[in-house]
Amino acid sequence: MAKSEESAAGAALLQVDDLQVEFVTRDGVARAVNGVSYSVGAGETLAVLGESGSGKSVTAQAVMGILDMPPGRITGGRVLYRGQDLLTMPEEQRRRIRGRKIAMIFQDALSALNPVFSVGWQLGEVFRVHEGMSKKDSLRRAVELMDRVRIPAAAQRVNDYPHQFSGGMRQRIMIAMALALEPDLIIADEPTTALDVTVQAQVMDLLAELQAEYNMGLILITHDLGVVADVADKIAVMYAGRIVETAPVHELYAGPAHPYTKGLLRSIPRLDQKGQDLYAIKGLPPSLLHIPDGCAFNPRCERAADRCRAELPLLQAVLDEDGADLPGRRSACHFWKETLHG
Amino acid sequence: MAEPILEVRNLVKYFPLTQGVLFKRQIGAVQAVDGISFELHKGETLGIVGESGCGKSTLAKVLMSLERATAGEVLFKGEEISRLKGAALKAVRRNIQMVFQDPYTSLNPRMTVGDIIGEPFEIHPEVAPKGDRRKAVQDLLDVVGLNPEYINRYPHQFSGGQRQRIGIARGLALKPEIIICDEPVSALDVSVQAQVINLLEQLQGEFDLSYMFIAHDLSIVRHISDRVGVMYLGKMVEIGSDEQIYEHATHPYTQALLSAVPVPDPTGREGRERIILSGDIPSPANPPSGCRFRTRCWKAEERCSTELPLLAVPSLEGPAAHESACHFAAEREVEQSAA
Repeated sequence: MAKSEESAAGAALLQVDDLQVEFVTRDGVARAVNGVSYSVGAGETLAVLGESGSGKSVTAQAVMGILDMPPGRITGGRVLYRGQDLLTMPEEQRRRIRGRKIAMIFQDALSALNPVFSVGWQLGEVFRVHEGMSKKDSLRRAVELMDRVRIPAAAQRVNDYPHQFSGGMRQRIMIAMALALEPDLIIADEPTTALDVTVQAQVMDLLAELQAEYNMGLILITHDLGVVADVADKIAVMYAGRIVETAPVHELYAGPAHPYTKGLLRSIPRLDQKGQDLYAIKGLPPSLLHIPDGCAFNPRCERAADRCRAELPLLQAVLDEDGADLPGRRSACHFWKETLHG
Repeated sequence: MAEPILEVRNLVKYFPLTQGVLFKRQIGAVQAVDGISFELHKGETLGIVGESGCGKSTLAKVLMSLERATAGEVLFKGEEISRLKGAALKAVRRNIQMVFQDPYTSLNPRMTVGDIIGEPFEIHPEVAPKGDRRKAVQDLLDVVGLNPEYINRYPHQFSGGQRQRIGIARGLALKPEIIICDEPVSALDVSVQAQVINLLEQLQGEFDLSYMFIAHDLSIVRHISDRVGVMYLGKMVEIGSDEQIYEHATHPYTQALLSAVPVPDPTGREGRERIILSGDIPSPANPPSGCRFRTRCWKAEERCSTELPLLAVPSLEGPAAHESACHFAAEREVEQSAA
């Protein structure tokens, strides 16, 4: 399913650099993204893990250039696609990258598809707009795409409307639409959250297969620790608009270096805990209007010390017990050493 | 084992499909719940799992008498309740309460927390006399871990996890014996889910409650449940203790469901055997003949399309011997453990 970490490394396809996004609301300025950096290469799967309000989707929307502005505004940072900064690029040029080079799959396929047009028409629109194809040709391509994502009887169903498809089939149509122009990178925002588990397995399988076939980069945005463990090569964990930990997938699950990640992993029910209390991270995620000083996680952290309340921890290298750098691992905790080794 | 507090026998709920405006004719029925039987014991948690459209929420509504059963019986402490009306129904309802999935829509935004939690007392004044109500509500807030001073706040002033605590307090208000939890944590963030699960478990011990816990998250169901029932398209396909279901499933649907759940551990993921079902759940308005799972079952045979498999204990030894509605339940288990 996934590629080995080495082959995935390559030159970064997409690099997000110190991105900052805020929203102006009636109650004040909500700092949704506070300096997020990550990168993804061809054929690589980056999972962005976080709870609601952690800024994972806003980051993706800023990358795609579909952020609602206003109320949102990008106050800093760069988004480099193959070295070109998307944020400073003229809109005309950016349009040619959006969809053709970077495509997005949304969570809720029913509201992402237009209910008054047939799916064939909506799939064909990509070709009509981007490639100036005729109606007839675009419909033919739409059928091919539906076949590609294994929608049964595609030729008969191409004129059906979104509501005539099941949830899993609708999500396949979203995938087909994202694949239409054979992009280099797909951003999938909670692609299976609205689906049942058996259908979720089908859709994730399809996505992984297509990714391998086209050697695409994939940014998977999710809150599901199970899905991440299944498909990701590397993980970025977000909390209150910041990345708090990054690591290759196996290493993150084997030994988290941030107390938040550790808490999340510990709160998964395990067999040997039956009849006991589950481990629960105390408290609630902070409001983005009032992010705590110092480390945003400090009010909920078991390890919090005075330093955590005063000084913002930056992402720093994580070393193994002999002091050697662990490649790809970063933690934004003053006490990463104690968290990882202690 | 304790005696059953709730017994469900061959419960059926069909929703009629009609055609025509002036002269309505019934042209079919959505067979949402079709012949389900099980028991719930005192102090026990029964987990119900299944995908959307399998009838688990309809089952909950029928047990709450929010929907009338089409056929079958629901016995609360030996007394048939599914056809009760008026005062008798009202009296029984006090004992079965519900916690809903979505704490955002299940609390009235125009009512204060005190009014929401105290509303059951309006309907059942015998539980708390008028003068004591404020105190009773504050006690309930305390029990579910909320500050009793929040009694005059409105739902929007609370986070999702806190709102679910309010929903739980409302469910507890009438001191029921059974609480039906319909997806109580699926709308909550991961880090908050565990808090609510712990609260539910603590309350169960404190008030000797019986839970029916409906959810689609299989790992949480396993954690909280003593027994687990698996539903598919209106039928109970397998029921047993958590170990029997999770370690020794004999119904192919249960096996597929369990293998489809993503495991939060990347170790050995490349080699993991997965049963990926093809297709979607058929429509409950027009279910397949014979075994309802046969259209997606990778081992269906001729017999499955003609003969409906009943929920029965296969002739097996040990934990595999639990109720399963598959013609080949006895062979399945052997196959699975050999693989």
